[in-house]
Amino acid sequence: MEKKSKFTIKSIVAIGIGAALFFVLGRFVAIPTPVPNTTANIQYGILSVFGIIFGPVVSMLAGFIGHTLIDLSWGSPWWSWIIASAVYGLLIGLAKKAIDIENGKFGVREIVIFNVVQIVAHGICWVGVATALDIIIYDETLSKLVAQSLTAWGMNALTTAIVGTLLLFAYAKTRTKAGSLQKED
Amino acid sequence: MSATLSYIKKDSPIHRLTGSTKFIFFLIWSVAAMITYDTRVLVTMFLMGVIFFVMSGLKWKDIRFAVLFMTWLIVINLVALYAFAPEQGVGIYGTRHEIVHLFWRYSIVAEEFFYLFNFMMKYLAVIPVALLFILATNPSEFAASLNKIGVSYKVGYSVAIALRYIPDVQRDFHEISQAQQARGIDLSKKDKLTDRLKNSAAILFPLVLSSLQRIEVISNAMELRGFGKNKKRTWIVERPFKKCDYVAILVAVLMLAVSAGFMVINGGRYFNPFV
Repeated sequence: MEKKSKFTIKSIVAIGIGAALFFVLGRFVAIPTPVPNTTANIQYGILSVFGIIFGPVVSMLAGFIGHTLIDLSWGSPWWSWIIASAVYGLLIGLAKKAIDIENGKFGVREIVIFNVVQIVAHGICWVGVATALDIIIYDETLSKLVAQSLTAWGMNALTTAIVGTLLLFAYAKTRTKAGSLQKED
Repeated sequence: MSATLSYIKKDSPIHRLTGSTKFIFFLIWSVAAMITYDTRVLVTMFLMGVIFFVMSGLKWKDIRFAVLFMTWLIVINLVALYAFAPEQGVGIYGTRHEIVHLFWRYSIVAEEFFYLFNFMMKYLAVIPVALLFILATNPSEFAASLNKIGVSYKVGYSVAIALRYIPDVQRDFHEISQAQQARGIDLSKKDKLTDRLKNSAAILFPLVLSSLQRIEVISNAMELRGFGKNKKRTWIVERPFKKCDYVAILVAVLMLAVSAGFMVINGGRYFNPFV
């Protein structure tokens, strides 16, 4: 495999398709939860899968473009949360280095790494980035934001833990493991 | 799906502006609304937005759903803001004019309601312009506009691919989900939340695989045509800037200057009528 630049044609296309998936899942697929007006955001599960397969730049831009399109399709962008989505994509993509998904490795070690990274990343994004930007841009009350961001953190981390892990596990099975061929006697 | 906002073809002064102009205008406008909390500036921006909207010749029915949805969002936000901190405005404006005491820690305080009004205006100042940007910009022009403001054309292409493949992905999702539902996989409220999430993975997995395949096909096709060989590229839908484009951008820049100027005059983001 030649590696001229990290921004290959494949990553350009992956960003586009990733953003389209993020948009469709975030916009039209609402899985109701017990909390009123809150739906499970399964798009973060998909974004995580793209991060692990294609790396941080792809998932960051896919998250940014996808989330912007969702907000625009509703009428007005909420930049603080859009940026948080992009940061989440970036952080989860960094876990690609530790998970060798292309060779079909997704065992207990990888599952633990993936979930620790995603929980921390969701925490940084929703409790950290989104809250900080909401205070800077909208000067909102901290207590409201804390309630809001903790809910978002919990919901998104739970969704990613279930959807992301299952998808990556299934994806790893479709890859050929290194050294999986054995010489017959 | 009628609730989704998308481009509506028309002939109006707003539609005749290039996509780049509308994009730049929208970005500057949202920055101007983001930095300020000055009531006068926000109200002016909102009224100007409404005038632009009327100029575009778009109809109320085109935006009715979006407006109702945004109103709902704003109301929820306002209620939550008030419920969590009924005295936020007092802290901001430094005075307290109580009108009526309600119960416990809640009372109707002029400062708080002025703050909530400003919060609402902060949304309203951007909504008309954002709606115009969505409804009056040809999506094909979007990639060209991004490139024009200095974003790499490769990223512009990613956006174009996203817009192009949203309907395809949506159709894929729909087909897969119908097939899986026929096999008894349920996403509705009848199942437990964790089961619902697990079930969604059963729908998402074929979707991810078909998307990965799609990525393969598209990137091969682009590779074959030599995409990315040159540093620059031309766009079939790109239009040259005309006089009205420069005027529009000038208006947005002036608005930003006014917004920043009032921050200097007020000595902060807020306009305080209480002192």
